[in-house]
Amino acid sequence: MTYHMSSQPKTARNSGSLSIPKLKDLRSNSWELARQMAFSRREFLRSAAGVTLGGTLFGSGLLPRGGIPQRKRKVVVITFGGGARDQETFAPEGQENIPHLMRELIPQSTFFTQVVNRGILGHYVATASLATGVYETINNFASLPPEHPTAFEYFRKDLKRPSSDTWVVAPSNGFNRIGESNHRSYGPGLGARVILPKHLLTAATSGSADCEHLLRDNYETPFYAPELGGSEFELQQLEMLLKLSVDDFKKHARTLSSPDELSVYVTRQLMRQLAPSLLWITLHDIDIAHAGAYSLYIEGIRRTDRLCAEIWKTIQTEPEYAGNTTVFILPDFGRDSDDDSGGNGFQHHRTGDALSRTTWMMAMGAGVREGVVIDRTLESTDLVPSIGSILGFSAALAQGKPIAELV
Amino acid sequence: MPPIELKPEQFTSYPPEARKLVTNYLATLQRLPLSFLPSLLREAIDYDFKFPAERKAIERELANLNSLSAEQTKDWFQGFAQIRLSTQLEQFDWVNSPAQFVEQLSAYLWTTHQLDAFRTAALSYAERLHEAVPPEPLAMPRLGITVIGQGVATPEEPLFRKLRPHGVYFSRVQPENGLKQLLDAVAARAKAHPVPHGHWYIDGGQEAPHDSALTCVSYRALEPARAVLSSKIRVEIERPGMGPETLRTLLAQIRPADLDMAQGSGGAAVKSGNEVLDRFQVKLLTEGSGTQIFSTTFAQWAAREALRRAQPLTLLVRFALRQRQKPMNEMLSGTDGRAELDPMGSLVDADIGAYYNWLNQQRLAGAEQSSFLVWFENHSSAVVIGPSMPRGTESATAADLQTLLSWMS
Repeated sequence: MTYHMSSQPKTARNSGSLSIPKLKDLRSNSWELARQMAFSRREFLRSAAGVTLGGTLFGSGLLPRGGIPQRKRKVVVITFGGGARDQETFAPEGQENIPHLMRELIPQSTFFTQVVNRGILGHYVATASLATGVYETINNFASLPPEHPTAFEYFRKDLKRPSSDTWVVAPSNGFNRIGESNHRSYGPGLGARVILPKHLLTAATSGSADCEHLLRDNYETPFYAPELGGSEFELQQLEMLLKLSVDDFKKHARTLSSPDELSVYVTRQLMRQLAPSLLWITLHDIDIAHAGAYSLYIEGIRRTDRLCAEIWKTIQTEPEYAGNTTVFILPDFGRDSDDDSGGNGFQHHRTGDALSRTTWMMAMGAGVREGVVIDRTLESTDLVPSIGSILGFSAALAQGKPIAELV
Repeated sequence: MPPIELKPEQFTSYPPEARKLVTNYLATLQRLPLSFLPSLLREAIDYDFKFPAERKAIERELANLNSLSAEQTKDWFQGFAQIRLSTQLEQFDWVNSPAQFVEQLSAYLWTTHQLDAFRTAALSYAERLHEAVPPEPLAMPRLGITVIGQGVATPEEPLFRKLRPHGVYFSRVQPENGLKQLLDAVAARAKAHPVPHGHWYIDGGQEAPHDSALTCVSYRALEPARAVLSSKIRVEIERPGMGPETLRTLLAQIRPADLDMAQGSGGAAVKSGNEVLDRFQVKLLTEGSGTQIFSTTFAQWAAREALRRAQPLTLLVRFALRQRQKPMNEMLSGTDGRAELDPMGSLVDADIGAYYNWLNQQRLAGAEQSSFLVWFENHSSAVVIGPSMPRGTESATAADLQTLLSWMS
């Protein structure tokens, strides 16, 4: 049978393939496996982190968010960069890689065990789908804006907020158009400011070699990065907006070990200086998995786990954010399972199987019940309408629905 | 063009044996849906450069399709027939460029949310084909060997965690001459059952001396080809309008001569069969992700592809040290001689690579009788998996690798 385990074609619009899994796999229903995985997450969390099954509590009342004036409410979204599988995270053998999520964050969160992404599993297009609440079909590797309004546009247009009130910190040059769509009712002038820390560092260091370890980019197509377009953050604004001199920026960058650490550093500056109400941080180090080195993938997970905790700590200590911020942490999607012969295990997310589509989400902070596990299936497109309900805008064109347990 | 309009003269660009094969089955191909047929032609067009196991699989698949009645064909391909295609795809030159068609079809299925439907149709077809054309018995039980940890003194974490539950963990292996014992055992199997491309040795570094009966691929031997490929890529990505799809198409067109491999592996003149191996090696570098920069990725991917395509009776894979992670451009432009190495990372990569080698081996026919051995090179730990090996057990018996292999057979 010549198709089995075939090598994986990858195209710019996606990262998919047409291979056929091995026959052994045919006898198991992959969506059933995904449900079982979600069940395992729940059971594990119940026993390890001492959290409660949400269904029994749901309806008994939500934590009040009403005490926080709408104008003061803030939302921070962190995408758990590049996709990680359960076996390296929430499964018993993977928990050693996420000590901060397990011990510090999950006990403070409402944890959704089954978040399904039914769209294209490429990082830019999937992140754009998360940001619009619609499964976008744009070219994953081209410099194109989303086709549907983003949360940032809804937020600014409905609530009449300035551009300084919503920011995206994005991992690679390919994300520079994510801040605003080309939708005719929204689009130009209504989106988020996008900051690309690596682009900024390149400009700041004028291509010198001492910070090249922070400039790793575009793991899905390592040979190619789209040209920049759109309204990316300019170097001269570093000092003006972030109150950071180019020299200080470079000096600090040299102490960091990865692109995501650079993103978190920039995020902290952003929070301190501008305190945007809607802040979106896309972490991406984990996606080094595409290079096939398992050790680097695991390093990426451990670093992302640590950085998520650091962002949470910053939120709790920054006066503009403490007590009035709701945080969402979620992967854009997973990675291929070891059992699918059409893939190559952790390396890619090309099979489109149920396990690579089914991930989790953690919500914490203002208005969110702590230590609760929700089993029902959500779609990743539900995020934007939920943010809308929290901040007070209507995601009119989003496909998803507000998550009842959060709004 | 719909498949029903296929004519023999449309296959003139196919290599001779591929052309003969597909024109012999033209009437069969005409009955297949367009959502399926180019996938089959993608395999058939490379028939002249396929391994024997692949050739046999294509022949048997076509023979089976030919044996189906019109009604059966309709039934078998019902799922594929329901896939909606764009006019652009229908007008594509899928006869001469089936691989490009499949790439575009893949993109189209994702964007039109038909991937799951395609997947279901494909699974159904695969299962039916497997039932109609079961695998033939093997000449001998398959044996996989993976050697990890070259150059590492002590692991930071326990090794073989994923493989131990499936076999016996030996903690007192006598490591002296271990690699030679393994290579000798592989050579002995090759001599006992001399099947073309049936016995392989893949090395993630410099290959050790080995019997010429083995099909050998090594990262070090491909260093000149990798350097040529890297420079070609650097030139291409600077061209205006270059994008990932175009680059991928260009990479797919690279042939051994383009990478200065015209002399074939080992510097020998190209002979019958070498072209097959050289094309295989080129594909490792042009289709594999990370194979150009990390030797551990190369070894794992080469093993996966060797198992998938050549379905060897014996496969020995030896992982080596990979370079430390650096920015992609720097890794692409560097050479192994100057690269800083990452021993612990390499060991972790190789450990999961060994697990994937076993998983991929077990996907092949005869899995119930297959055996697998993984050894921490020059150290005393190994795991042995096989029908006679109790699962999830440990043994403190002192034994060399030759003895372990004898216990597996």
